[in-house]
Amino acid sequence: MTYIFYFAMFLMMVGVTLAAIRFVKGPTAGDRSVALDTLTTILVAALVLLAYIFDRYIYLDVALVYGVLGFIGVIVLARYLEGAL
Amino acid sequence: MSLVFEIIGAVLILIGGAFLLLGGLGIYRMPDVYNRLQAGTKATTLGGMSLILGVGFLKVEDDWTWMVKAMILVIFIAFSNPISSHALARAMYKRKRYPLIKNDDGNMDAYKEVETNEKKEEKK
Repeated sequence: MTYIFYFAMFLMMVGVTLAAIRFVKGPTAGDRSVALDTLTTILVAALVLLAYIFDRYIYLDVALVYGVLGFIGVIVLARYLEGAL
Repeated sequence: MSLVFEIIGAVLILIGGAFLLLGGLGIYRMPDVYNRLQAGTKATTLGGMSLILGVGFLKVEDDWTWMVKAMILVIFIAFSNPISSHALARAMYKRKRYPLIKNDDGNMDAYKEVETNEKKEEKK
């Protein structure tokens, strides 16, 4: 049973690595913003899985706050790229 | 009954992990901003919702408050992910970075027709 969690965590970390490579390489600011958005969603899911593995209820709140802050950050970045700020 | 919930939770967690990997791979492989938005947002929305629901199902007999918090997270992801991807696509269109895919007459850009029609209606 525990190996399932480790395997899912390994898959997610491969995804995080690929998105982080795009975040560093990405030719324009838009590519970097898209990579940041994807990284936020994958890491929220990873935090929820860590909350189950370590059996800590408080990590779910951490995941929720991290998701809200990442969402607001991406919205502000998009408005700035649009030229509205 | 507890075994049923464990199997459902484990299967949902595996599906979620696989789709999150596909989201990262799409971000890395696709050629264009709009293709990257498509791959990244759709795959990670399904993967994240499935994985969080799986964790909720695993704990549903121990402690039902985990399921409530997991549902809050799922609803938040279902709201926030399309909004942020729409804002990013709109921003990139306003910066005049048009899609790379070509069709018979130049770049494939269906939104341009909508925009010109709206301008014509405003003039009337």
